[in-house]
Amino acid sequence: MFDPEKLILKGLPKGHFKDCVVRSLMAGLTYAIVLIAALLFGKIIVDGAPVLFKAQAPFVDFEFLTAKNETLHVFDDAQGTRHQLPASAYSDYIKKHEGTPIFNETTYSYSGGGIAGPIVGTILLTVGSMILALFFGVCAAIYLSEYAKQSPFIHTVRLAILNLAGIPSIVFGLFGFSVFVLAVPVITATPSDRSLLCIPLFINDYVMSFQGWNSSLMAGCATLACMILPVIITASEESLRAVPQGFRDASLALGATRWQTIRKCVLPFSLPGILTSSLLAITRVAGETAPIMFTAAVAAKDDLPWQGLKSPFDLLSSQVQALPYHIYTLAARIPSSEYTERAQYGSVFVFLVIVAFLSLGSMILRIKLRSKLKW
Amino acid sequence: MDTAIEIQNLTFAYSGKQVLHDVTLDIPVRQVTAFIGPSGCGKSTLLRCFNRINDRIPNAKVTGGSIYVHGIDINRSDIDLQELRRRIGMVFQKYNPFPKSIYENVAFSLRLAGLTKRTQLNEIVENALQSAALWDEVKDRLHSSAFGLSGGQQQRLCIARAIANQPEILLMDEPCAALDPLATLKIEELIYELKKQYTIVIVTHNMAQATRCSDRTAFMYLGKLIEYGPTMQIFETPKEAQTEAYVTGTFG
Repeated sequence: MFDPEKLILKGLPKGHFKDCVVRSLMAGLTYAIVLIAALLFGKIIVDGAPVLFKAQAPFVDFEFLTAKNETLHVFDDAQGTRHQLPASAYSDYIKKHEGTPIFNETTYSYSGGGIAGPIVGTILLTVGSMILALFFGVCAAIYLSEYAKQSPFIHTVRLAILNLAGIPSIVFGLFGFSVFVLAVPVITATPSDRSLLCIPLFINDYVMSFQGWNSSLMAGCATLACMILPVIITASEESLRAVPQGFRDASLALGATRWQTIRKCVLPFSLPGILTSSLLAITRVAGETAPIMFTAAVAAKDDLPWQGLKSPFDLLSSQVQALPYHIYTLAARIPSSEYTERAQYGSVFVFLVIVAFLSLGSMILRIKLRSKLKW
Repeated sequence: MDTAIEIQNLTFAYSGKQVLHDVTLDIPVRQVTAFIGPSGCGKSTLLRCFNRINDRIPNAKVTGGSIYVHGIDINRSDIDLQELRRRIGMVFQKYNPFPKSIYENVAFSLRLAGLTKRTQLNEIVENALQSAALWDEVKDRLHSSAFGLSGGQQQRLCIARAIANQPEILLMDEPCAALDPLATLKIEELIYELKKQYTIVIVTHNMAQATRCSDRTAFMYLGKLIEYGPTMQIFETPKEAQTEAYVTGTFG
């Protein structure tokens, strides 16, 4: 018999206690994560922001952003005043005060001057590798989702690409070193001694020499691109598939060719999705240290990236400094002290700001594109 | 009476599973021919053979027989598919305008053909929208998104988009399946107008719709053409027992 009185609770509902425990546990764990993130960002902002921002106008220390990286000299002068000067300013000071003694001199590598080199290097690496990865990745995704027959072979290819995403970045670094730095072909009149193979081209003395691109911006971009290709391909394919079949049907039925359909009815509508996925890839590329350690990055460089170039090609074939590698160098290669903190926290803070701007940029772009397209 | 599409002993299979068996029928010019029958009887498949849009489905192919469009076998290997599809327009069950402006939707195929002159584009777009009885409703917002239109308007936009190509034949695959009765009525009126200019083939689930707007009706069942004739005859004096059972509602 149905007893309507049973609908009314007597006391607490069943499982009330368990519910409360589970709920507070989950909430606690969530806020613990938030707390960790807050501590991390808080520490970086508290210690890093004062390096970049100043209390007086123009409020931003442009020198830290635009000066090149130098060794920091710390010393006392005869009056007992402590000076902290980067190498170039230090030599000026010595010239100016010739004859006056200085005391307690210590030097700190990489800690003086600004970080223009690493900033520009990181931007070059990021832009270069994103161009490469987007071009190759989107092409592969179009082939996989629009052209290829869905055979077992294609499924295997897709699985292989997915698996690439799980390879540790240091392995990509070593791969890039052995392939892009040491083995890819270049066309040159003067092949190096360690060239693996020389194929004469019969134009003057030019040969195709498999000697690699050396450690260079090019090699670094190519390595980083390899690393994020799986992410780009998988995500691009997904956003291509998200475009309704109806658009393809309609376009083909109106007399468009396969490629016209892809170019006008599929690609433009999947672009927001592709950009969202590359947003993740951008921040990853900008932040990776391992793949560029052997292929592109140097700890110290006398010139800024754009200085001393004879041709644009020189830029591609020169080594660069990069922020993540710079941070690694500052943290692991030099003894920490109160004088190195400025460079250390400043670099990390600037790096976070750059990544935040990159993410913000792609987010705005995506929202703008997405608002035009809805189905 | 001229024949627009002539189908001879057509068989069709999806990955080895035969879905059309030996279908033979002639579709007359400038009339409305309706395909009726229960779901899965192959009427949509048959319709989609006429502009070879089935090509893009893997493992789907014509396994025998032939289709002649104004005398040309469209399954020849040297058919210009793009031209074929321009001559034979198609409207789908689920209205599918592109996420572009109303104007750009109609101008899509014109731009594909390389037409860039503004005045010419404007003229063809206006004509197409007028033929689709949509011009008066959208002339003030041609450049706003097609997705702001109601379902019925979107379907008529799709018809306008197909008409902009100036096709000979218009294929309609259950064009009213996703629409309410009023929007359906408008599309039916439109079909009545359009048949003066175009040969129309329409697939429909709605038998009342077939009686209202078609001149000839083909009843299909399990991949076979059961009966084909003038609509009045099919609905009032069907020759086959299966047809009678279906049109009177005793099955299906």
